[in-house]
Amino acid sequence: MKGGARCGAARSVLPVLIALGALAGCGATAAGAAGPAEPITGAPPAGGAQPTDDRRILHALSRLTYGARPGDVERVRAIGLSAWIDRQLGPRTIDDSATDRALAELTTLRMPILELLREYPRPDPKLREKIASGAMTRQEMQERYPMEKRPIRIAAELQAAKVVRAVTSERQLEEVMVDFWFNHFNVFAGKGDLRWYVSAYEREAIRPHALGTFPDLVRATARHPAMLFYLDNWLSARPDFIVPAGPNRGRKAGLNENYARELMELHTLGVDGGYTQKDVTEVARAFTGWTIDRPQTSGRFVFRSAMHDAAEKVVVGHRIPAGGGQADGERVIEILTRHPSTARFVATKLVRRFVSDTPPPALVARVASTYTSTAGDIPAMLRVIFESREFYGEDVYRAKIKKPFEFVVSAVRALGASTDAQGGMALARASAEIGEPLYLAQPPTGYADRGETWVNAGALLARMNFALGLASGRYPHVSVELSALVAGADPGSPSAVLDRLLAALVADQAGPATRAVLTAQLGDPQITRLTTDDRGPANTDVAKLAALVIGSPEFQRR
Amino acid sequence: MPTRRTFLKAGGCALVAYAAAPRFLLRTARAAEANGKVLVAVFQRGAVDGLSMVIPHGDAGYTGVRPSIGLLPPRRGESDRAIDLDGLFAFHPALAPLVPLWENRALAVVHACGSPDTTRSHFDAQDYMETGTPGIKSTPDGWLARAVKTRPASRTPFRAVAMGPALPRTLQGDVGAISMQSIERFDVRAGTDASARQGFESLYEQGVRDLLHGTGRETFEAVKMLRGVNAARIAPANGADYPRGQLGEALRQIAQLIKANVGLEVAFADMQGWDTHVGQGAERGQLALRFREFGAALAAFAQDLGGKMADVVVLTMSEFGRTVAENGNRGTDHGHATAMLVLGGGVRGGRVYGRWPGLAGHQLFEGRDLAVTTDFRTLFAEVATRHLGAPAAPLFPGFTTREPPLALFA
Repeated sequence: MKGGARCGAARSVLPVLIALGALAGCGATAAGAAGPAEPITGAPPAGGAQPTDDRRILHALSRLTYGARPGDVERVRAIGLSAWIDRQLGPRTIDDSATDRALAELTTLRMPILELLREYPRPDPKLREKIASGAMTRQEMQERYPMEKRPIRIAAELQAAKVVRAVTSERQLEEVMVDFWFNHFNVFAGKGDLRWYVSAYEREAIRPHALGTFPDLVRATARHPAMLFYLDNWLSARPDFIVPAGPNRGRKAGLNENYARELMELHTLGVDGGYTQKDVTEVARAFTGWTIDRPQTSGRFVFRSAMHDAAEKVVVGHRIPAGGGQADGERVIEILTRHPSTARFVATKLVRRFVSDTPPPALVARVASTYTSTAGDIPAMLRVIFESREFYGEDVYRAKIKKPFEFVVSAVRALGASTDAQGGMALARASAEIGEPLYLAQPPTGYADRGETWVNAGALLARMNFALGLASGRYPHVSVELSALVAGADPGSPSAVLDRLLAALVADQAGPATRAVLTAQLGDPQITRLTTDDRGPANTDVAKLAALVIGSPEFQRR
Repeated sequence: MPTRRTFLKAGGCALVAYAAAPRFLLRTARAAEANGKVLVAVFQRGAVDGLSMVIPHGDAGYTGVRPSIGLLPPRRGESDRAIDLDGLFAFHPALAPLVPLWENRALAVVHACGSPDTTRSHFDAQDYMETGTPGIKSTPDGWLARAVKTRPASRTPFRAVAMGPALPRTLQGDVGAISMQSIERFDVRAGTDASARQGFESLYEQGVRDLLHGTGRETFEAVKMLRGVNAARIAPANGADYPRGQLGEALRQIAQLIKANVGLEVAFADMQGWDTHVGQGAERGQLALRFREFGAALAAFAQDLGGKMADVVVLTMSEFGRTVAENGNRGTDHGHATAMLVLGGGVRGGRVYGRWPGLAGHQLFEGRDLAVTTDFRTLFAEVATRHLGAPAAPLFPGFTTREPPLALFA
């Protein structure tokens, strides 16, 4: 159940060709296979990269990855930008064994729901009473329900894995897209039985399709227990349905609109996509019977025809004849994912993620038309974005504000640090303190992808505090080697150290004012430790200087 | 007139004066506080079931539409049942802590209140309620931010504060609103070493006019002021006992800011968990637990502030209400009108305001929801005008009403 199980259906011959290119240590084959390369992302001419090419590389790294690590620019330059982008778009052949090794100890990641339900049983609901009444001591409880066997462990391991992957994985764009689509089809890990479903949801419904097709994502999420539970569809039944068994036996159940509405508003058409309250009800009727088999012991998708409303439905103008059964829901997904509003909505969100908080309409239109012509092929849409003039526009360069998770991971990567699973948990907590607890966005919108959401007083201070903690090595299991970052710079020469740091952390993009402030800081005796004989600076407090750069306005952008 | 944020972004010398003279700063803040009115907005995110919060038990239409989640009518002497207010309406029993405030006439209810826009999307409806412009998505700022903007200038960084991880839509705009999760953690934590704080401060002090720098400057201004007044040390007064949870924590800290005299004018707090599609419960259950926290938090806040409540109004709101009939899962789906509470200040409490539209089938909006008879802007405008002295026009552009005023204030 390791890496191999994650493989989706083969989508093109490209990965094979890229593999060949990669093995040969040369990007030319892959670039050729990508078809006529746009001059705008073209590989640098023989004889060395131009500075503008480096800028393009920096930009692409800042948008397609969780931030550049030391040496990344050189690595991309070596294989060529467009070849590198091709590899990221079809990442199956990129060796990622280091990530797999780092994730090995997180055993819940690979467990099916059935096994999780068995291995991480819900604690006795009367536990609190038993402790209060003295029927059970705290120690007995700890022995019977040790921390590492409690259901909360599942989400904690998933959080740690998300951090480890974002920091470590060579398949960076895939990780960015897993985050993007999870957020698009958000579920909240804190809701009831979702604790047992959330890791399977990412593994089964999101990850295999992150660089696949959009309709596959809708299909996979629609029938996953996590989504069925989160938006209540598992309970939705035809009017006057009498529950035949289980704890609610004999009770009347009926329609629940929650999933139907969010499917149209947030997953496909968008809120102004042209549907009515009547459509919401019709879609809800179509999905009746899509439910979960024994949520607390089995947790598998099942279609129960007894719950299904068999009559005819009409969804955004399309008639679905009576008697379709489970196929009704599938037909709805087909109608919705072929709708032009969906193409526009998905294109807008992609362009906002990769280009700008205010998506350029012309680019959105081109991406939407690619959606339509390729039936929602995600790499095809991304390619249009990455090859566009707008993507490399002067006005969007470093214009996106990093969301908290992106900020945390990019800081770790910029410092050339590494983390194990334990460190991943600590870094996940840091992301939460800055405002983005992982897998814990409660509303179905997920987290916003706009700068103004993330820039506020409390969150800025939390970013600075994280920078201080990280640079000074206060995160256990996150190994920060600042000396490697400034290797070669004379530690007795503060300005040489500063130059190295700025080059490594913000790729020399610090504004003159920031540089001036940091230079002035170098005069601070607490930053520049003096030798005992006071004859001059002996070594520079690299950690504090690095913290200031990570907490600076420049580092908040990508 | 330059707005406060552009003024700060310009990095004028006033900032330097701030940094050098915190005492002067405090004096200014206290002067601003002298006129002293504070509006606290509480958002019940997810659409609270107004019909369970303030139950129309006297309306025959309520009987039978909610077989498993309807509340039993109040009965004298039975404290686990709904609490009668005026013969027509009753509080949910979990709101018992609010009853003394109702009886003291400090607390009013506005029922069948909501948006003229018919959306049942949480996110659009919240957006419309926070911007104050139903149906218009392009409004750049929130109505609470505009309310602050219309008031006389004040130099404190604490004019508008949201407790939480992000600035809500309603406080976005050029007023430099602060958001924080915790007063205690609102600082650069670098131990005894002041150079890191100074370093960060200088980095954001540069003359760049963008969101990051502007926010950074406001942040450090606020950090300094907060350190000066030691707000985190102010304990709840009058035996106030805040419930655990998001709203209690937020209101406890808003009370600290009010008592610390930092010049607060508008505060905002969120409470989640109202989207009860499944198993919402009746006298007991999921929704009752939310009401217990909600009522206890509001009551503790009023208790804590004591006499200061004369200058404070708490206004609760939610994006819409929920279906009149229960759905197929002993819950309720997205509806239309809901109930909102107004507490404190000069409110003429002990009354349910607004025209009751009724729950008979033909009286329902689209045949399923409680109809809106009070546009939320009528309520918000009245509170902003009468309590904060803010003119309604810039707060709710384009809003004209034929509804009579609620006359909430004496």
